[in-house]
Amino acid sequence: MENQLIINGKRTDGRGPTDLRPLKIDVGIIKNAAGSSYIEHGKNKIIVAIYGPKDSHRYGMNIEKATLRCRYHMSPFSTEERKNPQPSRREIEISKVIRDALEPSLILENFPKTMIDIFVEVLQSDGGSRSASITAASVALADAGIPMKDLVEAVAVGKVNGTLVVDLNDIEDKEGESDMPVAFMLNENKITLLQMDGKMTVEEFKAGLTMAMEAAKKIKEIQKEALAKKYSQGENKK
Amino acid sequence: MMPSKKLLVSAVRKEQILKSLAQGKRVDNRGLLDYRPLSITPNVIEKAEGSAMVKLGDTHVIAGVKIGVGTPFPDTPNEGILIVNAEILPTASEYQEPGPPDEDSIELARVVDRGIRESKMIDFSKLVIEPGKHVYTVYVDISVIGMDGNLFDASSYAAVVALLTTKYYPVVNQNGTLVKGSEKVLLPVQDLGVSTTFAKVDSYIIVDPTWEEESMMEARLTIVYDKSGNICAVQKGGNGALLVDDVLNIIDLAKSKSEEMRKVLEGVISNA
Repeated sequence: MENQLIINGKRTDGRGPTDLRPLKIDVGIIKNAAGSSYIEHGKNKIIVAIYGPKDSHRYGMNIEKATLRCRYHMSPFSTEERKNPQPSRREIEISKVIRDALEPSLILENFPKTMIDIFVEVLQSDGGSRSASITAASVALADAGIPMKDLVEAVAVGKVNGTLVVDLNDIEDKEGESDMPVAFMLNENKITLLQMDGKMTVEEFKAGLTMAMEAAKKIKEIQKEALAKKYSQGENKK
Repeated sequence: MMPSKKLLVSAVRKEQILKSLAQGKRVDNRGLLDYRPLSITPNVIEKAEGSAMVKLGDTHVIAGVKIGVGTPFPDTPNEGILIVNAEILPTASEYQEPGPPDEDSIELARVVDRGIRESKMIDFSKLVIEPGKHVYTVYVDISVIGMDGNLFDASSYAAVVALLTTKYYPVVNQNGTLVKGSEKVLLPVQDLGVSTTFAKVDSYIIVDPTWEEESMMEARLTIVYDKSGNICAVQKGGNGALLVDDVLNIIDLAKSKSEEMRKVLEGVISNA
């Protein structure tokens, strides 16, 4: 018997299908970093720090543009059972897809032969930590002054008890029928991350994408507010 | 391994720091024996059994406690297990590379571990489920998010507050299977080790050094005092030396300073 995750149109945490979980972003929380942010999205608590662009003489550096590196890491106390601090295969894959989701938004040609590091630390994890990481990292990159074409925001859609819902929480993520994180560059109508597991019909996929896009618009407003809040307090305040 | 990462402090800045110390003041306007503003927030991670976030100036540390069930070490069948792990995250500074814990992280974890273990803060003999077979494992994981010196005290305060506010479900053996209890309990706490850290810069002894100060110090001394005023852990750090008189002086200074910090920690814990 499958768990009933939607009752009378309400989800386990009381939301409707298109409602986001509470979302809060702070900008500029780490003094040493070029840019940084802290996001609370549902129970996710994530810190992102940007270092660079810094000179690099390492073999394989691109002579035409900056090289982007990303580390997504979960603190040992971020999960119900203690997580081994060594990076897992899952974390290595997520590091890569986060990097690939952000790179299209950045104008890296301005910094040839340099390196930009994105460090994502998940202090507490909930469903959708990769999406929240992308949303927060894009804000941190803006805080670092890396020129960009657009902010990137990410959110998951999925099918739970046969209903499409956005911004899956932990239990929906684990017990729902499908999960599809998507990242957008809304200004250019582009998608920079798309993953899915589970099953969806073509119609559901298309409807889900539209729902994700609507949710991303709301997230973008919160990103912009967070940046405006920091810079209205004076540029040098970190 | 590489020696500790130091900031490059310019000659002008060094001169400014020393000039200020000569006048009995730090460049951030503190006295020589004053801590930076300290904020401690317990219970920041709901998924951990205990947690605390510490900000000491711009040094930013979070500690989380997880309780597991494990097999005791063969030489201590009647004691629970303490595992302290620290990582200076690459978010902390541009000199920190991602990867397995470096020697700074390992020293940090071991000094915090010693303070907890040697002050007998937790009665590990009470963390036994079945002697020789099942005991509780107390994991303390420390993440340094931002660094500006004195990671030892910041990490120690975070670990101590996280441990002393930890609440977990006890496990009982019911006919051979381990069953989770229904009500959360506190750890069996019996003491509180308080860490204080001093540095010698030029000829001056200062408390709570910033990263700049650490980068130009002779050496550093971390001392942990227990509740009854016994010294229970000491660690000298840095590649310089301290005079015997410096050490004796710091031991006394640390005693009164640790009383001051003990009140702060106890206040946070009782309000948690």
